[in-house]
Formats: sequence, C-alpha cells, structure tokens
Amino acid sequence: MALDKQGIAKRIAKELKDGYYVNLGIGIPTLVANYVPEGISVEFQSENGVLGMGAFPLEGEEDADLINAGKQTITVKEGASFFDSATSFAMIRGQHVQLTVLGAMEVSENGDIANWKIPGKLVKGMGGAMDLVASAENIIVAMTHTNKHGDSKLLPACSLPLTGVACVKRIVTDLAVLDISPEGGFVLRELAPGVSIDEVKEKTAGKLIVPEEVEEVKV
Amino acid sequence: MNKQVKNAEAALDGLESGMTVMLGGFGLCGIPEACIKAMSSSTVTDLTCISNNAGVDDFGLGLLLQKKQIKKMISSYVGENKEFERQMLSGELEVELIPQGTLAERCRATGAGIPAFFTPAGYGTEVAEGKEVREFNGKMHILEHAFDADFAIVKAWKGDTEGNLIYKATARNFNPMMAMAGKVTVAEVEELVPAGSLDPNEIHTPGIFVQRIFKGENYEKRIEQRTVRPRT
Repeated sequence: MALDKQGIAKRIAKELKDGYYVNLGIGIPTLVANYVPEGISVEFQSENGVLGMGAFPLEGEEDADLINAGKQTITVKEGASFFDSATSFAMIRGQHVQLTVLGAMEVSENGDIANWKIPGKLVKGMGGAMDLVASAENIIVAMTHTNKHGDSKLLPACSLPLTGVACVKRIVTDLAVLDISPEGGFVLRELAPGVSIDEVKEKTAGKLIVPEEVEEVKV
Repeated sequence: MNKQVKNAEAALDGLESGMTVMLGGFGLCGIPEACIKAMSSSTVTDLTCISNNAGVDDFGLGLLLQKKQIKKMISSYVGENKEFERQMLSGELEVELIPQGTLAERCRATGAGIPAFFTPAGYGTEVAEGKEVREFNGKMHILEHAFDADFAIVKAWKGDTEGNLIYKATARNFNPMMAMAGKVTVAEVEELVPAGSLDPNEIHTPGIFVQRIFKGENYEKRIEQRTVRPRT
C-alpha cells in the first residue's frame, strides 16, 4: 500500500538525528514534527524568525505575534529564541540548519527542484524556498510520486520554472524513497509496502536506477 | 533627542505620491497597522511598496491595494489576496518577486551602507536573469543590490521617546532591517515610554535609525491561520 501523508512524514522523521536544527516547509513537511524519534533532541526553525517551535496553542491561548512561516499560530518550547529575518536567513545560507524538508511540484534526475510557480496560473511567490534550496547541505523533498493528472513528478528535466539547481539529495514519495545520484538519476532505495519496482518504473519519467538491494519502507 | 510625534498622520508627513516605502511585517504579523490605515485615508498614490507580503483583501496592505494606491509591489510571497491577483493579472499592478532571504538582506544592506552583495539564492532560476554571476568557493552566486527607500515604516512592541525599539516574538521579522533602511524611518509602537524606561541591554533597534515614533491605538492584530489543539 502506498504511503499516505502521515506515512511520508513518518519516514522522513527517521532522517532526523540528535542535535539537528531543521527547517520544515508547508504541507507534508510540517507533519514531520509530530514523529520525532524518541530519545533524540531536534529544534525546528521557522524562517519568519523562531527557533524551538512547539505544539499548536491550546484554544484561547493563540498569540497573533507568534506564528510560523505558514502563518499558523504556534507555541515555543523551553530554550526557544526569536530573531529578525536577516538573522534567520543567515542561519539558512550559513548552513547552520542541518536539514531542510520541503514539498515540490517537480524534481529532475540531477536534483533540480521546481515548487514555486506555474506559468499562466496565479503566481504566489517563492517565499524562502530559493534561499533554503540554494544553501542547505541536506535537502529532502516530500511529495506524491505523480501529480493529480497522474503525470510523473520525477523527470529528466523540470518543465516548470526552477526554485534551485542540483540541490535535492533525497525524495520520499507515497511509493518510494529515492536518492539523487551524483552522476544523475533517481536511485531507488526503498519501496512502500506492497508497491512494486515496476510501478515505480512506470511512474518515474526520469532515469531510474535500481540497485540489487531495495528495502521496504519501515515507518 | 525626543522623536515622539502625535499620531500616524504626523509621522507620515512628507510622504508623497510616487515614493518608495518599506513596510515591516510577515503576513499580518508585526505590520504597521496604524500607518497603513492613515495611508489608506490619504491621497498618496503610485507608491512602490517593499514588504514581504501584500496583506489580505481587507487588511494590511490590502487596504492600499483596494484604493489603487500601489503602483508596484516588491515581495517574496503574495498568496492571500484576491484584489492583488486581479490587479496583477490585469497589469494594473507591477510585481517583483524576490527570495525572502534576499529581501531581508537587501533591506539590511540598504541601511548598512552595503551597495550590493552576492548570494546563492536564485542562481540558475529566473530570479538570476540579467544579474552578474560569480563563483566563490566552487559555488555560483548572483549579485543583488540594496534598495532606495524614501520611508521605512515599522511596528514594534515597545519604544521610547529616543526611538529605541523592542519587538515581540515573531512580530520582529523584517522590522529591524527596514528600520535601518529608510531615509525617514517611522516606528509605531504598542507602548511608548519615556527615555530611560527601557533596559539598554534589551533594545533590538537603537534609536539612531528611527526619526519619528508614536503610539498606535486599537491594534487589531488579525490572525491569518488560527491553528489550535483542542483542550482535552
């Protein structure tokens, strides 16, 4: 069975390591915060200016002055800090954040990502995504393998305007976990339970590299 | 040096049509509500506004868009505003979208005497079109320039009559860099106290950057995405 959103988030949460500072994008990436493995300590950064994000507030305790980059009301944990936008992006460009998780509309086999603009449709803007993908050492994309029309989102080259070039390291979809090969191509690492290599092949438009050992995703 | 003025109207004295104005805030968080209201009641038009977002239809910069007072928006994300969308698609409104970190750094550079800087953000994308590209340490960067802002309008939590400012939580966002960047910087605050009342250790924006300060009234502080967990 293919992974649902929670499943994708749970799988990505296994990439978290003790001591990581992590930036989570809007959508599926946000869910990763719910599945931090026990026994490790990570801090979540939100690029509007907070480190140490906690749970959503209890009803009636919302503070208009305390939001995340998705403009949702939040709380902070003990040891949190607030800072301005220049400091926030210094953390990001300066590679003080160890892991970035974000959604995408397309990823190419050399690690290019497109996630901010569909020409001819409403353009909302890139927000902090271009700064994040240009700088982060470790970028994981969380997305469905195909779009709502059933077309592959893993392509030889992106057709949409790019957010960043050759930056994605790993992709976790509803069907599989794939790494970007330094030589180009999607290396199949793990399959979602019940998903076949043939199904991933069929739904991957870019070059798929299938090693001898492919594990099943464990969440 | 007493920088206190009576209200938003007095603080915005000299703001004319065609000027470039920076406005602090992220979404509706930490926006200068009082000055935006005063601008929407004024006749200024053809403004170029530098602000991370463009408000919502009936609040924040949406109030100025409704009255067609904005000629150009320079922002990083403008998703929540139908009137904005309409004006942009019809060509009435000019829009320049830039990466959020680049926007923050361009504001900082403006006030810090740095005419331009290289950043990796946007390399290889349409943001890089027409910009100088240079390789540093094996990585490609693009040249981005400081702004030129006639007014910077910021919102702080507390301020004193010297113009020293303290922000609250994530309402800080772009306000400190923009405060540094205006030829005239206006600060509106929720609480205005006499000089000497704030602890100098805790000042976020030193008063040297602020020319005019006033206490805003009746802050609405609208929440865009009220997200809560239920009480069990």
